[in-house]
Amino acid sequence: MPLIFTQLQLALPEIVLLGSTCLVLIVDLFVSERSRGITYILAQMALLAVFITLLATSVGKTSDAFSHTFVRDALGDTLKLFVALSCSVVFLYAKNYLKTRDIPFGEFYVLGLFGVLGMMILISAASLLTVYLGLELLSLSMYAMVALQRDSVTASESAMKYFVLGAIASGMLLYGMSMIYGMTGSLELATINTKVLEHQHDIVMMFGLVFVLVGIAFKFGAVPFHMWVPDVYQGSATAVTLYIGTAPKIAAFAMLIRLLVDGLLGLQSEWRDIVIVIAIASMAIGNVVAIAQSNIKRMLAYSTISHVGFLMLGVLAGTPEGFASAMFYTLVYTLTALGSFGMVILMSGYGFEAEHLDSFKGLNQRSPWFAFIMLILMFSMAGVPPFLGFFAKFMVLKSVVAIDLVWLAALAVVFSIVGAFYYLRIVKLMYFDTAQDSHSLEISTDMRLLMSVNGLLVLLLGLKPDWILDLCIRVFPLA
Amino acid sequence: MLDNMPTVYLTIVLAPLMGAIIAGLFGKTIGRGGAHWITILGVAIATVLSLYVFKYHVMDSHAIYNGSVYTWLVSDGIKLEVGFLVDNLTAVMLVVVSFVSLMVHVYTVGYMHDDPGYQRFFSYISLFTFSMLMLVMSNNFMQLFFGWEAVGLVSYLLIGFWFTRESAIFANLKAFLVNRVGDFGFVLGIAAVLLYFGSVDYATVFASTAKVSGQTLQIFPGHPWSVLTVICILLFIGAMGKSAQFPLHVWLPDSMEGPTPISALIHAATMVTAGIFMVARMSPLFELSETALSVVMVIGTITALFMGLLGLVQNDIKRVVAYSTLSQLGYMTVALGASAYAASIFHLMTHAFFKALLFLAAGSVIIAMHHQQDMRYMGGLRKYMKITWLTSLVGSLALIGTPFFSGFYSKDSIIEAVAHSHTPGASYAYVAVLAGVFVTALYSFRMYFLVFHGEERMDQHTREHLHESPWVVTLPLIALAIPSVIIGGFFVEPMIFGKFFGPAIFVLPAHDVLAHLHAHDWKEMALHALGTAPFLLALGGVLTAWYCYRINPKVPAWCARKLSWPYKTLLEKYWFDHLYQYVFAALGRWLGKVIWQLGDVRLIDGVIINGSANSVGRLARWARQVQSGYLYHYAFAMILGLIILLVVFVPGLSGKMLALIKIS
Repeated sequence: MPLIFTQLQLALPEIVLLGSTCLVLIVDLFVSERSRGITYILAQMALLAVFITLLATSVGKTSDAFSHTFVRDALGDTLKLFVALSCSVVFLYAKNYLKTRDIPFGEFYVLGLFGVLGMMILISAASLLTVYLGLELLSLSMYAMVALQRDSVTASESAMKYFVLGAIASGMLLYGMSMIYGMTGSLELATINTKVLEHQHDIVMMFGLVFVLVGIAFKFGAVPFHMWVPDVYQGSATAVTLYIGTAPKIAAFAMLIRLLVDGLLGLQSEWRDIVIVIAIASMAIGNVVAIAQSNIKRMLAYSTISHVGFLMLGVLAGTPEGFASAMFYTLVYTLTALGSFGMVILMSGYGFEAEHLDSFKGLNQRSPWFAFIMLILMFSMAGVPPFLGFFAKFMVLKSVVAIDLVWLAALAVVFSIVGAFYYLRIVKLMYFDTAQDSHSLEISTDMRLLMSVNGLLVLLLGLKPDWILDLCIRVFPLA
Repeated sequence: MLDNMPTVYLTIVLAPLMGAIIAGLFGKTIGRGGAHWITILGVAIATVLSLYVFKYHVMDSHAIYNGSVYTWLVSDGIKLEVGFLVDNLTAVMLVVVSFVSLMVHVYTVGYMHDDPGYQRFFSYISLFTFSMLMLVMSNNFMQLFFGWEAVGLVSYLLIGFWFTRESAIFANLKAFLVNRVGDFGFVLGIAAVLLYFGSVDYATVFASTAKVSGQTLQIFPGHPWSVLTVICILLFIGAMGKSAQFPLHVWLPDSMEGPTPISALIHAATMVTAGIFMVARMSPLFELSETALSVVMVIGTITALFMGLLGLVQNDIKRVVAYSTLSQLGYMTVALGASAYAASIFHLMTHAFFKALLFLAAGSVIIAMHHQQDMRYMGGLRKYMKITWLTSLVGSLALIGTPFFSGFYSKDSIIEAVAHSHTPGASYAYVAVLAGVFVTALYSFRMYFLVFHGEERMDQHTREHLHESPWVVTLPLIALAIPSVIIGGFFVEPMIFGKFFGPAIFVLPAHDVLAHLHAHDWKEMALHALGTAPFLLALGGVLTAWYCYRINPKVPAWCARKLSWPYKTLLEKYWFDHLYQYVFAALGRWLGKVIWQLGDVRLIDGVIINGSANSVGRLARWARQVQSGYLYHYAFAMILGLIILLVVFVPGLSGKMLALIKIS
């Protein structure tokens, strides 16, 4: 039937990904330990296929499928492209790390691909059910990935924490969804949005909103639902941390937009106040506690929390510019986090984890080039012009100032000044301290190349930030 | 090209700048020869074109040029431009500056021959020439200030040219700091001009003096001050710094730490006269303020007499000339105060030539003496250095105002002008400038006799190597000696008796003292002077010097013993250095230290920076305790967060819960 064919065509990238992931799963079963490299190549090809299908089937207009549960729009396509791209980078960074450690190689890639599928579904969600479906597919993949190191106590512990807390959060999200469904009688986000105004002052509706927000906040790792973030980031193998810390943030952003903007925009004045509280708490806790960390993964975890607070500022502005700035922030953060966690992997040698801040001491003597790359990344994270991170912060602050919340913008600036301390501390360690370990780094060529491109992009795109910014502005047309 | 005057003006300033840039940045590449050729070429172009401009405006009587070449910025209706105002006053300054500069450039080839900083030196003096030309050609206050600061900067760089010498560093810092005091007043004055006139363009400002002249301002309630007086005095404070007037004179003698060519160029002939030039340029403002003129006259008088007295006790040959410069600058300032601007500029011009000559001659002596500058170890040099001796004699005669020499015409005009002036303080000034004539003659010929006559007091080694300096040194001496003799007689008629400066200098009819002068041509003026007080005083000074230093050398020592208290006062330079160093500088340093210790270290570093950092750090250590690692803590935190959000944000919820509690 042509109709069902059109609908399938809209979901073609997901279908291709599902098919190729299953292929990777089966091939991985049969390849020998020596030729595991095939799994990696197939996984990359799967992402490439997704990338190509996304571009090939992009229609440019919003259309939905499967009884209004699945939507294909410019926002979704852009986010999916970035998800595929960043996962591809993660896979490359992870390759050598996984090979030299007792971590199941094939499973990482298969679970990673399933996670991507979950993210893509989440991004394309047009109903509460699809949101939940995608979220759970992503979460379950990630629980399993954290637990991949079965023999590691910390990995198992953090997997357990992640799973239990994730289950609680899922429960809350579902509970909230059920209330919204109860009030509006619909699971479709578009329908909910039309009916939500009728129930604006309804106590049950507000209950539902708060519970849904808790679900979103947990996914992002926003305060006070952030407790899992440092433990999981630290406990997981660095490759897994890299995965969790990057692309899923894009998916979480999509989830937030789908639920709060596509579904509950009518309650904007209600959720704005809650998001303000969460954003401030996240920036405060994230930046302040990061200072006390001596483990770089943990430090980056708190840094994530603070960045989440920052990007929520863009969302709470509630204007198309605000959403665009939040999306820009998310993409910039993802690019920078890829590089930062990538550097932790790059620094880790065989059987050695460069988790402690001290392992960055004197990096400039060991490898001036990568010290420079790390310097770019840290400056960008701290928001120093002309690096990309500065413009991300700038756009978000601009949108907050535009809705006359100048005090909030000022507060955010104060917190990013506090945050600058621990980013610059890394720079200080790299350039002004002497190395404890004078070995030069052993890095494969592809990693070396990609890492350099990653770091330089943060600098070069910073010199011309409008390229990504235009993408973001285009997907949020002025109402 | 010569038809297009703006191009000529631009070339005059840019040629030395190009030389400075090339010698400064590519000095290594072009080498020593390249450096002096390129800079001398640049300044020579400027000199030739300056002479052409002089001919064009003065002899051919072309109209005054006033136009801008570049608009730097326009802000709130105020235009900041680079522009040129070229009239007869500018033309005179152009010729003086570029000619003396050219002579100094040539002289430097010999004087700095063995110096490792050869290219740097040429770059600096060319840069100085550019700055000075910008200053004198400016048609607005901004560019004037630019040139003012630029010459100050180069002066600083050149005083400290031998930057490994402790004394040179001290001297250039001192010059810099003292000039800051003056420049502070100057920039305030410019700001006041901008505030009350709404423009920094000379023509616009001078055209609207009538509007401002009646206005007053109150800084202290109940004491209204005339705006023009405040502006003029502030601008004059700038001139006091740059032209080393009492009490901001202390830097000039110390500036002699720099190489001799720059003492001649910057600290005698050109830069220090910038203040004089500026006041003359601002005559439309100063004329309207009797108070300001009086201040100018009194300050000038003090400088003219008391700085000359200091020259009597100095033993360093360059310092004698330096104090002489101070004293002559005082004369120029007195003339300004008497509204005899033309006489002041005339003296500026003649002084530029004979003082540059004296400095360069002193430099020539210093070369021959192997950089020995103490006159007590010289003597009898006339046998060894004929040209230096004769040119020095010419310079000294010009300086003391011997009739027919250039200095005579300018100095006598000033003295006459003061005699006719009615500015408050004029009678005191007249006495002082007359006394100054005697003092000038005394110290000048003391130096002359000590250096060129009498017994040879140098050591054997130095005496064996005494010989005349090379032609690059003696040529400028001769070239400067000629105008030192003739230029006074040549220009006295148009400048003093005629209307040479035209509209460039504005004098109120009531103040026009120069109109009362007796003589009407140069011969008459010189012959008439022979029996007058200034001539007799100068003669007396020379004879006293001759008696004390040739006939009976015991007299000075006897005087020093008998008059020990005044002698000590002079030796200690009236204790001004002590006052500044131990009171003002010490107070400033003490204040800085207190603010540093309390404000910076304690408050900013201690409380604001480290204090906040420490408290954030403490907060961080405390907050991380919450992250206990226990799963149930985490879950509890989530539930707690949820409940707080519910209670705070769900409207009516808390009320209903309270009601529920009450029912149960």
